[in-house]
Amino acid sequence: MSNEETVSGGLSRRAFLSSAGAAGVVSAIEGRIVMAQENGVKTASAVRTPEAGGGAGIVAVTLRVNGKEQKVRIDPRASLLDCLRESVGLTGTKKGCDHGQCGACTVHVNGRRVLSCLSLAMMHEGDEVTTIEGIGQPGNLHAVQAAFVAHDAYQCGYCTSGQIMSGVALLKEPCGPADADVKELMSGNICRCGAYPNIVAAIQQVRKGA
Amino acid sequence: MTRAIGKDIPHDSAATHVTGESVFLDDLPPLAGELLAGIVPSPVAHGRIRRLDLSAARNIPGVHAVLTAADIPGHNAFGPAVKDELLIVEDEAVFLGQPLAIIAAETPAALEQARRAVIVEMEELPKLLTIDEAIAAASFLGSHRKLERGDVATAFASAPHTLSGELHIGGQEHFYLESQVAIAIPGEQGQMTVHSSTQHPSEVQMMVAEALGVPFNHVVCICKRMGGAFGGKETQAAHPAMIAAILAARTRRPVRFVNTKDDDMRFTGKRHPFKAVYKAAYTDDGRITALDAQLYSNGGCSTDLSFAVLERAMLHSDNAYYLPAVRITGRVCKTNLPSNTAFRGFGGPQGVAMIETIIEEIAATLNIDALDIRQRNVYSDPIENGLAASAASSSARNITPYGQLVRNNTLPELFNTLRADCAYDARRAEITRFNAASPTHLRGMALSAVKFGISFTRRTMNQANALVNIYQDGSVIVSTGATEMGQGVYTRIRQIVADELGIAYAAVVVAPTSTDKNNNTSPTAASSGTDLNGAAAADACLRLRARLTAVAAGMLARPADGLPAEPDRIRFEDGQVFDTRAPDHVIPFARVCCQAYEQRINLGERGFYITPGVDFNRETGRGSPFLYFTNGVACSEVLIDRFTGELAVTRVDLLMDLGKSINPGIDRGQIIGGFIQGMGWVTAEQLVYGPAGQLLSNSPTTYKIPNISDVPPIFNVTLLPNPNNEVSLYRSKAVGEPPLLLGLSVWLAVKDALSVAGAATGLSLPATGEQILLALAAAAQMRTPQPVST
Repeated sequence: MSNEETVSGGLSRRAFLSSAGAAGVVSAIEGRIVMAQENGVKTASAVRTPEAGGGAGIVAVTLRVNGKEQKVRIDPRASLLDCLRESVGLTGTKKGCDHGQCGACTVHVNGRRVLSCLSLAMMHEGDEVTTIEGIGQPGNLHAVQAAFVAHDAYQCGYCTSGQIMSGVALLKEPCGPADADVKELMSGNICRCGAYPNIVAAIQQVRKGA
Repeated sequence: MTRAIGKDIPHDSAATHVTGESVFLDDLPPLAGELLAGIVPSPVAHGRIRRLDLSAARNIPGVHAVLTAADIPGHNAFGPAVKDELLIVEDEAVFLGQPLAIIAAETPAALEQARRAVIVEMEELPKLLTIDEAIAAASFLGSHRKLERGDVATAFASAPHTLSGELHIGGQEHFYLESQVAIAIPGEQGQMTVHSSTQHPSEVQMMVAEALGVPFNHVVCICKRMGGAFGGKETQAAHPAMIAAILAARTRRPVRFVNTKDDDMRFTGKRHPFKAVYKAAYTDDGRITALDAQLYSNGGCSTDLSFAVLERAMLHSDNAYYLPAVRITGRVCKTNLPSNTAFRGFGGPQGVAMIETIIEEIAATLNIDALDIRQRNVYSDPIENGLAASAASSSARNITPYGQLVRNNTLPELFNTLRADCAYDARRAEITRFNAASPTHLRGMALSAVKFGISFTRRTMNQANALVNIYQDGSVIVSTGATEMGQGVYTRIRQIVADELGIAYAAVVVAPTSTDKNNNTSPTAASSGTDLNGAAAADACLRLRARLTAVAAGMLARPADGLPAEPDRIRFEDGQVFDTRAPDHVIPFARVCCQAYEQRINLGERGFYITPGVDFNRETGRGSPFLYFTNGVACSEVLIDRFTGELAVTRVDLLMDLGKSINPGIDRGQIIGGFIQGMGWVTAEQLVYGPAGQLLSNSPTTYKIPNISDVPPIFNVTLLPNPNNEVSLYRSKAVGEPPLLLGLSVWLAVKDALSVAGAATGLSLPATGEQILLALAAAAQMRTPQPVST
């Protein structure tokens, strides 16, 4: 599981942003991270019309999202989550806690699952990003999506994209055969509606059918 | 005929939930000119504004409005029952996070810069955070509530046994994954459209209108779906909606308010913490003869729904058990926390926690299995109970303390069935052997019940309306006041409309809930969403079908063959219409609709429903507040590590009476999810506050809701067949809240396990690992001989 992305000499993004305090924000030139002066901006979720944010600059990044090249111009502080939702326009990936604790924002980067809220978008230049929209569509569901429908493995649906992204990734990860093994590998995705037994059943159905 | 009701039809949004196409409010792309809203939160839990300088904030580029209470065009004071909360502080902040000012800006960066540019100086005032602090300061909201039956004093005086104690019950954060969100779009001539993630669009509509100082008909509130709510979006969705609307009205631009998860946790209300002070009298064989209790809830800074919550706690202090003499008083403590609010169960869980604790304590004292005590006290008929039935007492053990008869009582059957099905007695013996032998672990088990009253205790709210429109191609749209938060109410309403019109489930669409289609609606709450709104939709369908029947009778009549038009013979099944005298001659439903249109027949109908019979007098504490009860039982088994306090729930068996389920698959999801949420409340979810009144457990990092690994490895859910719930829609039963109360069986199992080590007394709720370890350590210390000083 991806945890906090590391930037600038091993400092985690969160620690970096908070230690930078009112004076520093992350900026980048050609993918290299440097310090830039700006007044009092804390969060990295500043993508909506970033020009007005003042001072942080804009970087051009090319991502491959669901097999399509996406050239975006983003605030260098933007998380991959905000970039996907606001610049690429794919809102299937959800923002739950924005802290890497809930798993709602799970996407695949180069085939591995990543918490997109804890990953800076500009660090994914050239990476292959897959979101829920790239997994399957109505009428053309992935086996995990179909199994989620068959087992009512959701209620409100807000965590579902992340659950399915983890479930799809799990199929290729080393995972024992038992329900407990599936639970362990799905433990990064929380569901407040408590559809957990249904989620386990759905994933196990796909694994046993495969 | 193919019927949709009773089938495991997948959730209305199944296909779009799994593909990410379901649109939640913040998924809507920004509108042209849209601004983001935020608040300047009070930094203190109680304090007076000395200086609030907004000039620098207003000069930040991209900032369009920084407003205070003085800028609100209408009312600042609001609340669902009593308007005693101020949206924006005027002089004195009463909770940490109460808005001092509200801001609209073009970007999150500008918003944050503006927030930081506000200069605030506040004079701190003495604050109250806990129930005990409020009681000591006599700080209460409203007056006390009372529920009384029988002669409590005499019962205590003549009782062979009595016990007394206190139970501290913690609150709970809703932790809906989708935080509070609203988008306000200004319209023409003072009108406002508000998209809100709310369980109560009508209330949002009214609160926004009052904040803007416009008539209710100037505001439309729309809710397509919520990413979870659990009661947290019943009244408190109004705050973000009002803030967005006030800023939208001022700037004449669309405004979006999206809470971060941390702010949502810090600044919104939660399940009410309770303190129960109780005394119980009981017989040698463990029958409760009297209960005398005081319930105190922590209401936070304002009334919100606190009295309805307190009332439901009092009305559930009997739970499944007959209490001959009862005196329960209740008070709501006024403190400096965000106003506590509705949360699935709505006071019921707190009342039930008290009586179930009392039963565990009786069992421990008498050394009788707690399940035996429960079965001796359960509501039952005198015959079942083996008592001589005098005329006066023939149904006495079936009447609640507030005077309502417990009809269609499945509780004794539920207890008996689960006791046998989960091998309770054999497992009890095994647990006793295990505990005698294990130096490292403790096991415990409890089988508890729920009897949950279905209906709003406020009579007025037990009403609903529905709009059903049929189009010329035979497709149908239905809209009601019910909001979809994942519980499947849209699915059930689609099933109902499909069956009532004899058409395919797929031919029905449920429109997003909005106040211009359905007015004066009740919140989707109290487990009643389907009962109320489904019945209103069925009412509309009934009249539409009557009109279509007349049209079809004409179309199917063949007088020349001796078949005159006879409406009584017309059937609607599977999208076809036919006359039972000539069933081979079918015409499509769509053709009948088309013909009805040609004949200028009204193809739209408004349905209406009121729950019959319910009434409750708050002053006397008597009446029949509930249409019926949803009942269930659960047996939970736990394993505790004596040296770390770690708790594992190893097995759960649930048995519920849901009448004849409209959608068993969705109902099972509600049972499982509700139970897990209740389990979280009683074992893991602890709200921790700092000395300033700031919530320290303010993110999923520090506040632990159940994880997939917390789900017991053995988890059996069974429905008891009960076709006899005649009073409700299709003989179904409401399911949303009752299973949450069965989560208490986990806490009771912990208490049972701890009693082996003498550590169960005074266990508070939640029983976190830390609490368990402290209880074990304290008990161990008590057992160690202490040096005696002379």
